[in-house]
Amino acid sequence: MSETEWRLRAPANLVSKRAVLQWTLQAAIFWVIVVVGQLIAVVLADDPPGWLRVTLVVSIVVGVVHALVMPQWRYRVHRWETTGDAVFTRSGWITQEWRLAPISRIQTVDTERGPLQQLLKLSTVTVTTASAQGPVKIEGLDADVAARVVDTLAATTQATPGDAT
Amino acid sequence: MSALPVAPELVEPVSEWGRLDPRMIIVRPLNELLGLLPALFALVFLGNVETWRVVASVGAVVFVVSYGLFSWLTTKYRITDNRVELHKGVVFRQKRSIPRDRIRTVDLTAKLGHRLFGLSAVRVGTGQQERGAGEGALVLDAVTSAEADRLRQVLLHRAQTSVVQERDDGTTIAALDNRWYRYAPLTLSGLLSIGVVVGFGMNLAHEVNLRFSEVGILRAVFGWLSTAPLTTIIPVVAGLIIVLSVIASLVGYLLQNHGYRLSRHANGTVHVSRGLLTTRSVSIEEKRLRGVSLYEPILLRSGGGARLSAVTTGLTKGSNSSLLLPPAPRSEADRVAAEVLGDSPITASLTAHPVRARSRRLTRAIVPTVALTGILLILTLTAGWPEWLWVLAAVLVPAFVLVGLDRYRNLGHALTDRYLVARSGSLTRRTVALQRSGIIGWKLRRTLFQRRAGVFTLTAITAAGSGGYRVLDVGEGAGVELADLAVPGLLGQFLER
Repeated sequence: MSETEWRLRAPANLVSKRAVLQWTLQAAIFWVIVVVGQLIAVVLADDPPGWLRVTLVVSIVVGVVHALVMPQWRYRVHRWETTGDAVFTRSGWITQEWRLAPISRIQTVDTERGPLQQLLKLSTVTVTTASAQGPVKIEGLDADVAARVVDTLAATTQATPGDAT
Repeated sequence: MSALPVAPELVEPVSEWGRLDPRMIIVRPLNELLGLLPALFALVFLGNVETWRVVASVGAVVFVVSYGLFSWLTTKYRITDNRVELHKGVVFRQKRSIPRDRIRTVDLTAKLGHRLFGLSAVRVGTGQQERGAGEGALVLDAVTSAEADRLRQVLLHRAQTSVVQERDDGTTIAALDNRWYRYAPLTLSGLLSIGVVVGFGMNLAHEVNLRFSEVGILRAVFGWLSTAPLTTIIPVVAGLIIVLSVIASLVGYLLQNHGYRLSRHANGTVHVSRGLLTTRSVSIEEKRLRGVSLYEPILLRSGGGARLSAVTTGLTKGSNSSLLLPPAPRSEADRVAAEVLGDSPITASLTAHPVRARSRRLTRAIVPTVALTGILLILTLTAGWPEWLWVLAAVLVPAFVLVGLDRYRNLGHALTDRYLVARSGSLTRRTVALQRSGIIGWKLRRTLFQRRAGVFTLTAITAAGSGGYRVLDVGEGAGVELADLAVPGLLGQFLER
């Protein structure tokens, strides 16, 4: 192998800044449910076991750290790019994942919007191929950007021959 | 479809609705009843004969028989110029339709009931990935074996193939050799089936309120177990299990692989047929064959054996239908792989993965087992758990280290002219050769630990088989280079020095 090794560069585009808010809210909702559940048990039970207080404190600490750190970290990792012949994404935070799909193998391109995403005007672009490994997803795009991406991909996919398997 | 050549036996399909063979009215219930037989037997003859037992048994039989009749009445199929259509369902009507140019595999299965009447079930598979059961496939259960054979020829036959043979038996690539039976006991399948039988027996005994203490033999066995010394019990029980599992695995091998034959046909398919009671017959379009997987579970590997599966689109996952070669000598597996693929990527020399991957294997082997030993030791000292637990866990540590080292030794990848080859695993070593033109994307995954070790897991995405094949813990530079070389022009545009 050569002295200077080839390295994979990051995809060109960042996701929407509002995605940070979405991830924060998602984490916050999850941890609030976990913490409130335990809180109710501690307050209402006649004789709550001692370990419940420990897990409660741990949940609060982990929850706060997770909701503060994870979204920022994700924002620095999540990136995407489409070129004339490929879709390239990076996602994750502690564990990171790069996905690469050639345009000629794309079967469908859709957008998905959950309730939280609709509130924040965000979209997820889902690019499916013939594989059982699941689609390539670009999370947390601005809704307008997502619509443009879908249009571009649909146009290039149509122009590219091949049976996608 | 006028371009389709017509041969004497190969009659152009009529696009009229056809029914399944009327004998299915009997065969379907028969198959169901064969499966229900032990339960019915138990229900009627074990325990007290009560009225409700008899009523329940008769009711079950009547239900199964009338279900068979209604299924037959409501099922019809037809093959038009472009599509295969199937309408069925007693309670829920189902209409399936598959475009003929999407058909990739045609798989014939005959259970014992089918065999008695010379029938076969035909499963037509497309390249579509199945999310739910049966999605992307269509099953005709059942038609006469002659009709099934005809359907296979018609459905897999493409307009571009010019000549059709009167009856194409193909050229044999491999056939069962009785010496292969020596690999059967090395597959653990026997042990598994003993477990299933014992589990089923216990369940049944529970269902019919059988009291073990009331059966003379069992009482004697339990009596012996509770009085005899451990030093006698362990070898006797172990010996018994070994003997039984050897017998069970031999029987299993006979049932599944009797009359095994792998052949290549002029219409561009490879064909596997096997089975004693239930015969299976699978045709795979060579154009859709994306590679092969070579499996070497550790016992089989120690005996120099291996089994081979096809990596292809259109076959049901996990139903063993992709099997190309049952447990057989490794050299035979290599030969069959080379014959089927027309290339021998399986025997290519592999590039080893970086030493950091070995540290990772060892960490994974040592950390959990040492932690387990520690926890059990603490529990022994404080909570009075038996001592042998932590001793057993401590013994596991070196065993896991050996497995970890073997896992590293087996890691490797290679790139041949047409194939990407990846190997991993120790308890089940798997070597996959995947056609480079069948790769429809990449996934690169890196955990925090992998990042620190400078390695990542490269997954080649494909439409065939399990959908993705991993190259585990490949070095960063080497992995990216591998992906770039395997599918030129895809990853290259995102690389920098």
